[in-house]
Parts: sequence; structure tokens; C-alpha cells
Amino acid sequence: MLSKTVTELASALDRKETSAVELTQAFLDRIQQLNPSINAYITVTAEQALAQAAKADAIRADGKAGPLTGIPIAHKDIFCTTDVLTTCGSKMLHNFISPYTAAVVEKLEAAGAVMLGKTNMDEFAMGSSNETSHYGAVRNPWDSERVPGGSSGGSAAAVAADLCAMATGTDTGGSIRQPASFCGITGLKPTYGRVSRFGMIAFASSLDQAGPLTKSAEDAALMMNAIAGTDVRDSTSLDLPAEDFTAKLGDSLQGLKVGLPVQHFSKDLNPAVSNLLQDAIKVLESLGATVKEVDLPNNHLSVPSYYVIAPAEASANLSRYDGVRYGYRCEDPVNLEDLYKRSRGEGFGDEVKRRIMVGTYALSAGYYDAYYKKAQKIRRLIKEDFDKAFEDVDVILGPTSPHTAFKIGEKNSDPVTMYLEDIYTIAVNLAGLPGMSLPIGQINNLPIGMQLIGPSLGEARLLNVAHQYQLNTDWHQQRPEV
Amino acid sequence: MTWETVIGLEVHVQLSTQSKLFSGSATKFGAEPNTQANIYDLALPGTLPVMNKEVLRMAVSFGLAIDAEIGKRSVFDRKNYFYPDLPKGYQVSQLDFPTVGKGSLTIEMEDGTEKVIGVTRAHIEEDAGKSLHEDFQGMTGIDLNRAGTPLLEIVSEPDLRSAKEAVAYLKKLHSIILYLGISDGNMAQGSMRCDANVSVRKKGETEFGTRAEIKNINSFRFVEKAINHEVERQIDLIEDGGRVVQETRLYDSELNETRSMRSKEVANDYRYFPEPDLLPVVIDDAFIAAVKATMPELPNAKRARFVSEHGLSDYDAGVLTADRAMAEYFETVVSTCGDAKLAANWVSVDLLGLLNKADKSIAESPVSPEQLGTLIARIKDNTISGKIAKTVFEAMAEGEGDVDQIIEQKGLKQVTDTGALESLVDEVITANPDQVEQFRSGKEQVFGYLVGQAMKLSKGKANPGQVNKLLREKLNNG
Repeated sequence: MLSKTVTELASALDRKETSAVELTQAFLDRIQQLNPSINAYITVTAEQALAQAAKADAIRADGKAGPLTGIPIAHKDIFCTTDVLTTCGSKMLHNFISPYTAAVVEKLEAAGAVMLGKTNMDEFAMGSSNETSHYGAVRNPWDSERVPGGSSGGSAAAVAADLCAMATGTDTGGSIRQPASFCGITGLKPTYGRVSRFGMIAFASSLDQAGPLTKSAEDAALMMNAIAGTDVRDSTSLDLPAEDFTAKLGDSLQGLKVGLPVQHFSKDLNPAVSNLLQDAIKVLESLGATVKEVDLPNNHLSVPSYYVIAPAEASANLSRYDGVRYGYRCEDPVNLEDLYKRSRGEGFGDEVKRRIMVGTYALSAGYYDAYYKKAQKIRRLIKEDFDKAFEDVDVILGPTSPHTAFKIGEKNSDPVTMYLEDIYTIAVNLAGLPGMSLPIGQINNLPIGMQLIGPSLGEARLLNVAHQYQLNTDWHQQRPEV
Repeated sequence: MTWETVIGLEVHVQLSTQSKLFSGSATKFGAEPNTQANIYDLALPGTLPVMNKEVLRMAVSFGLAIDAEIGKRSVFDRKNYFYPDLPKGYQVSQLDFPTVGKGSLTIEMEDGTEKVIGVTRAHIEEDAGKSLHEDFQGMTGIDLNRAGTPLLEIVSEPDLRSAKEAVAYLKKLHSIILYLGISDGNMAQGSMRCDANVSVRKKGETEFGTRAEIKNINSFRFVEKAINHEVERQIDLIEDGGRVVQETRLYDSELNETRSMRSKEVANDYRYFPEPDLLPVVIDDAFIAAVKATMPELPNAKRARFVSEHGLSDYDAGVLTADRAMAEYFETVVSTCGDAKLAANWVSVDLLGLLNKADKSIAESPVSPEQLGTLIARIKDNTISGKIAKTVFEAMAEGEGDVDQIIEQKGLKQVTDTGALESLVDEVITANPDQVEQFRSGKEQVFGYLVGQAMKLSKGKANPGQVNKLLREKLNNG
């Protein structure tokens, strides 16, 4: 039962095979049993979950249930929630209880989803392995020696290990797609501005976007229906008419034009990953798609420009954590400077400090033009590359990640090696485009995903392609033995 | 050696919106500490700014008032620095693309000369909170009520050449913002704050001298004193062979001196970059036209109109239009009494005198413009004399009632009845035989004395014109 998709669970609830309370209790039991080893959750909200589930059952009894009513969900601990901790994976917020609720959480609650708890993540979403969390590394359900990816590692591991039916994540440079690939699940990063950032703790404001981590593309579409939409509280949210992301799931792929970026299929691509991608392409071709090469000539500049822009924004976004109003404060500060230095020095982990320093440097007088301004120019070029490519194709297909999940501790000695994990995903954030990852096979019993990239606001088409692929394959139904 | 002073002013004007620049918190002055700060003002994680459109309207109206270029696409930036009363660790401001670009305004000096002063720019930014160092036993209290209140920072060109010019510029700005209704302009409460960049150079030099920035000047009077003191300090320093250092100096109004705020001036690197939580603000012509349509008549236009429409002297028009409330008061008086010259006199002499003595603003005037207009109308329709009107005015100021009520109650109505006046004149002639004799023998100046006696006898109520006429007739015919 717990491995079912949202759609399957909803019909089980409709058929009264189970109730939201029973389902929630079953997930809570599994969390209690498995979370100590997987460490996917930072906070489990059992009591609230059961209360919400009871409410969901009442709504269903009234005949007013929607597709997510009574479905247990896990929220990345980057979304502010009242009554329980919101840590962002940091010691800095080890004691922070928000007086308000994030838009994404609010909307899912309004849709009837039952919150099981808050999931582990890289500190302030800075990382690709979930190893930078103050609350310890998350273990990949497929292999406990390995990382689940990051930064939404807790959410991805929770979905993969059936510790929830669906989860929220955020993606600044690949933080939904890469863990989805490593954990064998489906993840979608929407177009920038699709989903309100209100109440989502900022890492890099111009890149951050919330999205679903699910067991199928169809589930992702259902979550998108709940979370997408304009929000007056977020000035960067797009003012668009409501869209039904499930409407086109059943469309045929006949005539679909798929672009394969030459830069993603170079000789550097891992042959095992390449083979699985070719298999996936064959599936799409069998469904009527045609493929052609596309050129993203500035793709190689995406990682360096990202590692200027994201830290620059982060350096300002994280200034508010100063030990004055909330969060971690050092013991017995002797004066203001001591308060600042020790609160921040002790409250932030190394990766966060590294990025604050890089960002501060990039914005400094004398370096601004050479780094920040140049990076912004490259960002425009990258966007133009995509715009041009999408004149010829409907979606772009390639790898999500260079390889399968790596071992815990394997890559955290050299930051640059870790940064290169996101080489295929980062450009999508810089261009503000929608991108998703879905499982297409396994290498040595470890799952790997492919990435689909769409033009701006092209989520429905991506979900359609992914759904049609999943109707004809069963990689998304593979579950780890835990 | 003759020296020339060069001054540029940076004026922060707190815009009088109901809510803050990027949050819905109230902006009322004097509330209990931290009762007007919401999740955004406290910089809680995950909170985002939402622009208050009223701020934009106010900034654009100021831009139009000084004939400035309006930024069609203005961009907010983050100005980064750590301070406990700056909760986000950055102030949202506008660096390269301010809402108001280059403009100018004309100042008038006491001797009547005019001068055009350039305004470099005016940008929108957030105010910081307040650090309270008293009452906390060596600790610091933080009040975030003011944090995020909208400010318009108006930067002048270094066009001012004396402290007096600086004051005239400041007064002109003050007048404009009050006319526009975009701020209460209260310097004591910090709604209008002024920093002055001051330097000196030898007369005839083209390069500017090194400037010092004087902060914390919170009244018109202090602006003049602070600048004069700083100019003197710089000249003394240079003449003694020293050098002016570029630094920030704080004005101490009690000691009337400026002193260095930081011993070693470390150039702050604010690491400005575009605020990613806000989109650029795009202003179209329709918006500008809509703002223009709602703008009130400004001081210069009003002044010109007072001269042409009401026939006032340029000086009187200047006095009456310096303050929007005063100009509006005056126009109500005129429309009630129909005599602009009398109205101008009464407002600028009697009313202003009364208010100055009581230390009250025009808004707090105990005599309403309708009351004053009625009073002047009663002079014009001969109900009372100008002299009696002063008595009525004083009574109104004391709150004794309306014009007609006071005239009635005190029996101040002018006597115009010919019979009554004749007997009054007869009485004066009978009582002053000597003076009558002198007049009749050709001593014309005695006539005034006799009129005076008649007025005195009537307790001022007799119509002086009629008394004059009757007395002359009787004396000549007697």
C-alpha cells in the first residue's frame, strides 16, 4: 500500500480500502522504523498528521475530496511551518519556529494533503549530497553507504523509501532533479515564478524554485495543480491563469521533437549513462517522437557563472542570521562584533561559510564587473542558447547527473568536484526554465534519471512526455529494498 | 584670502504613506517600540518584499514638481552592511536607476535674488530601525517600528555657495513636499533629515576642495549653524597649513560644533547588487499623466497666480504661498470677503502675528478662514470700522464666538444714523469752544483733534467718514 502512487492511494481511499488516518498511521509507523537509519526526516509531526488525516476523512465522507485529500506528504525543511521547527538543515535555525506558513505548505494543506514532517536537506540548500546538513547525512535507500543527492535529499529519500507518498523540494541548481535521479523517483523544477517563494527560505532568490518529488509524472502533475499559481506576497511570481497540469498527460507523442544537446552527449558522458539514455530515446521514438541534435554552446559556462550569482545572492540573503532576533546566538557575547562573528561562525557550517565568502568577494568593489556582472551576461547568453534551441524542438533530453549516487564522504573533500555534480542541471535554473528528472534504468542496482527540459511555462508538455514514457516502462515503479 | 564655500545636500524625506515601503506594517510616529514591525520588517526567513505603489506615486509627483526626468524603469538594489537596526543585513535602495533623475528647483534669497539649484537624483529606499542606547544599563535596545518606512533621498548638485543658500534650498524642498502632501516634513521628529557635504576652495579655483559630510542636522537653524561652523573649521585648518580629510562628521547642536564620527575613515564597501526579490519598476506615460492630474498647484505657480489674479505684490504673494495651508487659508478668506488686498493684510499681519505669538501653526488657528473673511466683509459693508475689527478679531481668537455674534453682544456696530451722529458732533462742538474757535480762525490741524473727540465719545463706533463730513459742515456753517 505505501509504495502506491498518489493516484492509486486516492482511489484506494475512494473505494474505502483504507482511510487517511490508517494510511497516515502506516506511514508514521514506517518512519519510526526506518528513519533512524535513513535520516530522511528532521522533524516528524505525528500528532498534527493524524489530526489532519481525520479532517481529510471527514471531507471525503462529505464527498468533497480532491485528488490530494488525505495523501501523506513530507515537506523539505526549507518551508516555514508554524508550531514545528523549520531548520533549513542549519544549526543557525536549530531553535526556529516560524510564526507563519509558506505558500506551498498552505496550498497543499488546503488541497487536503497530510503533513508527516519536515525533511532533511543540505544546510540552506547548499550542497549536492545532503552531507552538509547540521542534522547529519541522509542515506540513500538503494544503498545506505551512498548519498541520496542534494539538496532535497531527505525528500527524495523519503519518497523512494515509501516514508511518504509525495514530497516537496526546492531546486536552485539541480536540488530536486539530481536527488530524484539518485533515488529513482520523479522530480520537477517548474519555470521560475510558477510557484510562490513566500515562506521558502532563500538561498539564491533569482534561481530558487519549489517543486514536487513523486513516484510518477502523473503525481507530479497533481502536485503542480496544487502549488502553482500567482501570489501577491511574492513579487517575482508569475501572474498566469490557472492551469490543469494533468490535462495533457494522455496526449500522443506523435510528432514530438526532442532535442539532444551535443554538449550533453559528448565523449565525456559516462557510457553506462549514455546507453540508458539511448534506450529511453528509443522508447520515445517508438511512441512517435523524432530526435535531433541541438547546440547549447555556452553550457560549459553555466557552472562558473552559477557559482558567482548564487553565492552573491546568498551572501546577502544570509546576512539576516546575525544572532540578534532569532536563531542561534553565541554564548555571552562581549560586544556587537563578537556577537556577529561568533553567532555566524558557530551557527553556519563550512559550505555555507565558503559560499558567503565567495559571494561577498564577487560583489566587492573592484571585482563586481569581473565576476557578478560578467556572470549575469553569461546568464543571458545561456538563456538565448535555449531560446534558439526551442525554435526547433519541443523538449530537450539529456542526463540529469553524470553518474549514479556516490558514496558518503567520497566527494566532500574538494568543493569543485561537488559543484560539477550539477553540470547538466544548473543552466536550466540560470535560464529560468522548467526541468524534470525521471528514472530510466539502473547501473549496478543504482537508479539513474534522465532530464527533460522545456521552454518557459512548458511543464505540461514535460509531464506529458514523462507520463507517456512511464506508461511504457516500469523504472519508476522499482523500489529499493529497505 | 577669500574663500568660496561649496555645499551639496542629501535630504532624506520620510514619505507619509499608511504602510511601509515593502510591508503592510503601519508607519505612525510614536507607537510603542516594535509594535509596527511584521515578519518582513523583522527579516524572518522566507519573507519577501512587496512594493507599496503609493510610494511610487509620491516619488513621481516629487519628480514632476522639480521638472525631473522620471525613470521609466527603476531598479531596486541591496546595499549590504551589518547593523542591529538593519534586520535584513541590507537596505533596499536604488543605485543606478533611481525613480527620479536630474531636475532642479529655484530658491529665493532674502534680498529677492533667485538661483537655480540642480537636483542630481531622488531615489526610493527603506529607513532603518532605531538603536536605543539609554535605559538599558549599557545594553542597546532595538525598535524596528521605523525599519522599512519609505524614504525619498533627494541629492542636490554641489550648487549651493553659502549656508543661507542651503537653508533656502531646504525651505524650498520643505515647501514642495508639504504642497505635494508626500511628507509631514517634521524635522524634529526626523521626517526630514539633512546631511550636508561641505568643502571650501579659494575663489576662482575650478576644482572642488576635499569635502566633509555633516550628519544629524535636524532643524533649519542648525543647518545654517552647522555649515558655518564647518566652513570656519576647514578654513582655519587650511590657513594653518593643514589639510581637510574626507570624513563623516556629526553636528552637536548643544556645543555648536562638528566632530569626526570615525577616527579612521574606512571606506565602506556596500556591495550593491540588484534586489532579486523585486522586479524592475516600469512606469509608463499613463501612470505619469495620472500622477500629474492629481498634483496640486505648486508654490511658484500659485505665487504667480496670486499676483495676476488677486493683484497682490510679489512679496505678499511669496509670503502667502510659502506654506500650502496658509495659501489655502488665504484663498478661503478671499472667497468669503471678496477683497484680496484686505485679506492679504489680515492674514499676513494680524493672523500671522497671532499665530507666532501663540506658537501655533495655521492648522491650529483659533480663527477660521471663514470667520476672518466674514470679519473683513463687515468692514467693507460698514458694519464696523477697521479699528473695531481688531477688537472683534481678538475676541474671536479668545473663542468668544462668531463675528456677528461678537459685534452684537459687545454693541460694536458702527453708528451711521445721521441724527445720532449730528447730536454727537454737536456735543463735541459745545464741549470744545477753544478748539472750535482756533479752527475757525484758520488752524486746520485742530480738525483732526475734534474728529478724534467725536470717535472717542462714540467709543469708536461712529462711522469716521460720516463724522468727518458732518463736523466740517457744522464748523463751516456755524
